[in-house]
Amino acid sequence: MSTYLNEFRDPAIAHLMLDEIRRLVTRPWVIMEVCGGQTHAIVRSGIDQVLPSEIRLVHGPGCPVCVTPLETIDQAIAIAKRPEVIFCSFGDMLRVPGSQQDLLSARAEGGDVRIVYSPLEALQVARENPDRQVVFLAIGFETTAPGNAMAVIQAAKEGLANFSILACHVLVPPAMRTLLSSPDNQVQGYLAAGHVCTVMGLAEYEEICVDYQVPIVVTGLEPNDILEGLVMIIRQLESGRHEVENQYGRSVRTVGNPLARDMVARVFTIKDQKWRGIGLLPKSGLQVREEFAAFDASKKFAVTDIVTHEAAECISGIILQGLKRPDQCPAFGTGCRPEHPLGATMVSSEGACAAYYQYKKI
Amino acid sequence: MCLAIPGKLIKIYENTGLKMGEVDYDGTVSQVCLEYVPEILLGQYTIVHAGFALSILDEEEARKTLEIWQELLEKADQFRDKPGHD
Repeated sequence: MSTYLNEFRDPAIAHLMLDEIRRLVTRPWVIMEVCGGQTHAIVRSGIDQVLPSEIRLVHGPGCPVCVTPLETIDQAIAIAKRPEVIFCSFGDMLRVPGSQQDLLSARAEGGDVRIVYSPLEALQVARENPDRQVVFLAIGFETTAPGNAMAVIQAAKEGLANFSILACHVLVPPAMRTLLSSPDNQVQGYLAAGHVCTVMGLAEYEEICVDYQVPIVVTGLEPNDILEGLVMIIRQLESGRHEVENQYGRSVRTVGNPLARDMVARVFTIKDQKWRGIGLLPKSGLQVREEFAAFDASKKFAVTDIVTHEAAECISGIILQGLKRPDQCPAFGTGCRPEHPLGATMVSSEGACAAYYQYKKI
Repeated sequence: MCLAIPGKLIKIYENTGLKMGEVDYDGTVSQVCLEYVPEILLGQYTIVHAGFALSILDEEEARKTLEIWQELLEKADQFRDKPGHD
């Protein structure tokens, strides 16, 4: 085994998978890839261009930056502007449009906003600046929650009273259920997010299969993983089966990662969560437990006077639900570009609009 | 936030009571927390999100996948080589 990369990108294998897909397909199917990383791999490698016309891939809501609600962005900006605060965030979040401005412009106005790659870096900033309040914008799906939980536990252990997180975690399976429950739903099968399942395992997906009678294939992020995931799901669809299958066995175990899951459960509880562009989804988010309230920035810094304003031309909510493609938006590439985004889907490295802008010459 | 490619563990150390490591992504080295994969060994590949290793890639599973693909490829080639098919 060399790097786990090139072997999963072999064009000869890709052609083989495509031949198999063409052989299997007898009628139209709509398949959603849930994860934004998969969307980028599909658009970058051109998989969507070479599939038979019967197979329509729709891009899912799996971009945490995109679905972080406007209220949280506005709250983050208000906290970042406080003189005693050092505000730490993943780089992706800085250009996400809030109601009035983004974190980058808050920094230009004097806010101490710093980019970090891990919550542990934010912890280090807190250790080095005992006279400042260090706030980490803790967003993401099930993949980033274990790290953010560990940061809280570590801060509690060390008694770092100047560290807190502004948590906005979203959970994938409730969103998958919501999409399937919608009267507008067209999705007949899911490629589930390989890395979310690496943490959480397969149990929640088994339940979705039973409740909605749709096939789910847990899929990796390399082009040939995605093509094999498509072969597996089309095989199920064509034979009328609806089961959970695991294409990404090299990373995903049935039980997920129990150590990571337990740590998440220790620090967070499940709550109803608003998703930007989609709305309030029951039991689809995480909030810091009362026990750790001292490390919860939403409690530490009460921001009350938020009035949100979303750009009217932005259809990112419809795009996140797979009901329209980015290039079907009138503002795409004209009024909305990465330099002047109307919505988060245009700036995030996992956003569908950013993928179309970057890889499709439209 | 999500560095979705696998990296190779090249060093294990401890910092502020946490098991940490250095992970090499084809020449770029990152500091990674290993608390969620405590059994990981040097040289193994891992999937990392936001500075935390979340899984150890299973070499046996990966080899199985690649072998199946290779077999299919060989079968397809044989099929193509038979007279009457192009």
